[in-house]
Amino acid sequence: MSDVISSSFVRQDLLAERPAPVKTTGFIGLMRTRLFNSPTNILLTIVGALLLWFTIVPSVKFLLVDAVWSGKDRTACLAENAGFAVGACWPYIQAKLPQLIYGFYPEAERWRVNLTLLLAVVLLLPLLIPRLPAKSLNAGLFFVAFPVVAFFLLHGGGIKGFGLSWTAGLLQLFDESIVGAGQALITSGRTSAVGPLLWALGSLIVLLGTLIHWLIFPLTWLRDYLQGTGQPVWADFAVTAAIVCLIAFALGGGVRTGGRALASSIATFIGIAIVIRLMDLDHGGLPIVTTNLWGGLLVTLVVSVTGIVTSLPIGIALALGRRSTIPLIRIFSIAFIEFWRGVPLITVLFFATYMLPLFLPGNFTVDGLVRALIGIALFTGAYQAENVRGGLAAIPRGQSEAAAALGLSWWKTTSLIVLPQGLRHVIPNLVNSFISLFKDTSLVSIVALFDLLGSLRASFADPKWSTPSTAFTGFAFAGIIYFLFCFGMSRYSLFVEHRLNAHRRN
Amino acid sequence: MSEPIVKISGLNKWYGEFHVLRDVDLAVQKGERIVICGPSGSGKSTLIRCINALEEFQEGEIVVDGIELGPNLKHVDAVRREVGMVFQSFNLFPHLTVLDNCTLAPIWVRNIPKKDAEVTAMKFLERVKIPHQANKFPGQMSGGQQQRVAIARALTMNPKVMLFDEPTSALDPEMVKEVLDTMVDLAEEGMTMLVVTHEMGFAREVANRVVFMDAGQIIEANTPNEFFAAPQHARTKLFLSQILR
Repeated sequence: MSDVISSSFVRQDLLAERPAPVKTTGFIGLMRTRLFNSPTNILLTIVGALLLWFTIVPSVKFLLVDAVWSGKDRTACLAENAGFAVGACWPYIQAKLPQLIYGFYPEAERWRVNLTLLLAVVLLLPLLIPRLPAKSLNAGLFFVAFPVVAFFLLHGGGIKGFGLSWTAGLLQLFDESIVGAGQALITSGRTSAVGPLLWALGSLIVLLGTLIHWLIFPLTWLRDYLQGTGQPVWADFAVTAAIVCLIAFALGGGVRTGGRALASSIATFIGIAIVIRLMDLDHGGLPIVTTNLWGGLLVTLVVSVTGIVTSLPIGIALALGRRSTIPLIRIFSIAFIEFWRGVPLITVLFFATYMLPLFLPGNFTVDGLVRALIGIALFTGAYQAENVRGGLAAIPRGQSEAAAALGLSWWKTTSLIVLPQGLRHVIPNLVNSFISLFKDTSLVSIVALFDLLGSLRASFADPKWSTPSTAFTGFAFAGIIYFLFCFGMSRYSLFVEHRLNAHRRN
Repeated sequence: MSEPIVKISGLNKWYGEFHVLRDVDLAVQKGERIVICGPSGSGKSTLIRCINALEEFQEGEIVVDGIELGPNLKHVDAVRREVGMVFQSFNLFPHLTVLDNCTLAPIWVRNIPKKDAEVTAMKFLERVKIPHQANKFPGQMSGGQQQRVAIARALTMNPKVMLFDEPTSALDPEMVKEVLDTMVDLAEEGMTMLVVTHEMGFAREVANRVVFMDAGQIIEANTPNEFFAAPQHARTKLFLSQILR
């Protein structure tokens, strides 16, 4: 090398653009860089393709190609009539669809179910779309007003009184149970060795009960008076509305700032009045449809939506309780969580349905569906508690210290700083539990509630539609329904996660 | 001399069996700037965390602006409203924007309307020279910027006393200066400050008094000139010889 290497350089001609020698974009590029770029990947690609071939092709063949699309009964779906090996028998689903959606809900009343579902969608959709305004009003309507309206729509029935009567009734029940307990103690005192002690204690409790009886006497008297008027519901409504509005006015800050609270409580009561009037609740309301007639998708949705909506607050409360510094609350939370997590859901449902009535006092009954709902809510709540606790544990102590240093109370620190961050960490886990709850609702069929799957299995028994492919068609249909709901929840949770974690993207 | 704004008397604290603070007495006058230094584990952070009741103590008494804080920690909320704090690790709320970080406490503790709180917050963000970042999230800012936001956040509550717990220790060397400059500005405006720091330059420039702590006790307290030029106690001399080269 005799050439002198020059350190200065000036380009004379600019280079033209050339295509890449190896294509890395498009389908060919994908094959080259991802699918067939190494022996392992070639093997995996072939195995994957085979798997797809053996699952998708038969499914499409069964659900679409070989399916029978119309017919009046089983004969349409038999191979000898159709002329080929029949896949899915869709006319069967078509014929059974009302049963799969409503169960044994009386046909004449099914508009009520439709109206409830429509209301749910109308209220839920705007809640799920972040861009739309008035979130707190919307949430209030969906979480507080809708359940009440849905109850009177689906179940029917009316009301005999309002807030005042209910308060008086509850207090009276409470008082009667105190007196009852006292009298039981006095009775057992006659036979026991520590008789005088029990007698004294019982007398004391009865005395207390009598005292309470006279304390609440003005309330019960007012109730009986209102019940005596011609329009007990409306009289009671007026009194309750006046009392609550006054309290809201006073709590809102009186003459200076209470106007807003007063206006919103008056608006609430006007809304309640309209609902009572529209649904005729003061005259017995809609005809009652007892819950043992409910079924199908209706039960599945009622159980899962109630479970989802109630289990999260229960879970948050238990998770906070488990981290509490007050021993009694902590021990209660731990015991509660561990108990419900340690018991299978089937046991819980079985216990709630068949054994709980044995323990409850004779005249005290709870509806079967409600028992199952409570069981599922508490069960899922315990699981959610552990999910939430995981999120809370991820928040550094400095966060609550900083909030405390700014003068925020424990409640405000928890609700503004700790929970918002903690829950964001565990959105995938929370939704995981929701999805599993949605599918677990099918277990209620074990306690004589006919959910979607239960109604489906009941429909298999119909000889009119008994064909070799009936069961397969039914399960395929139910599977598609379950998948649509669960996949919807999953996608929505991804969207929420992405949106709420904006602060973690740099 | 007027009544001190912070008065600590006979303060004793134990972590289990470990005696962290031993008979600490300290009186801080209004407008005074005190730098607390000492080796790690000497109890200096614990001391200033006791002032706004982030740590409980077993014996003694702290009076902040006439509000008494005894071992039973009554009046905690009242004291915390008077005292602002800046932490070593910033502790901004990562899920809230810078502006929301600064308006949260005024809105929820002092019940100030949101609009007014935002005006005040912007005023303080301008004072720490980052008003244009108000809508960013803390995670999108540098450490120095975050710490300045933390100072602004504490100031929005109009505290009478500011506590700084090693405010520059978690920062890159290049960012220490911007935070210290902010603190110097604050000192020049007459804020009462208690600063735990190893920044001896800051102590020399700003402090009225330097307090040296070791093993949970105040070993020596003096004006910065005296403290650095003529330390009295052997432990102080050793400490200064270690950090001043």
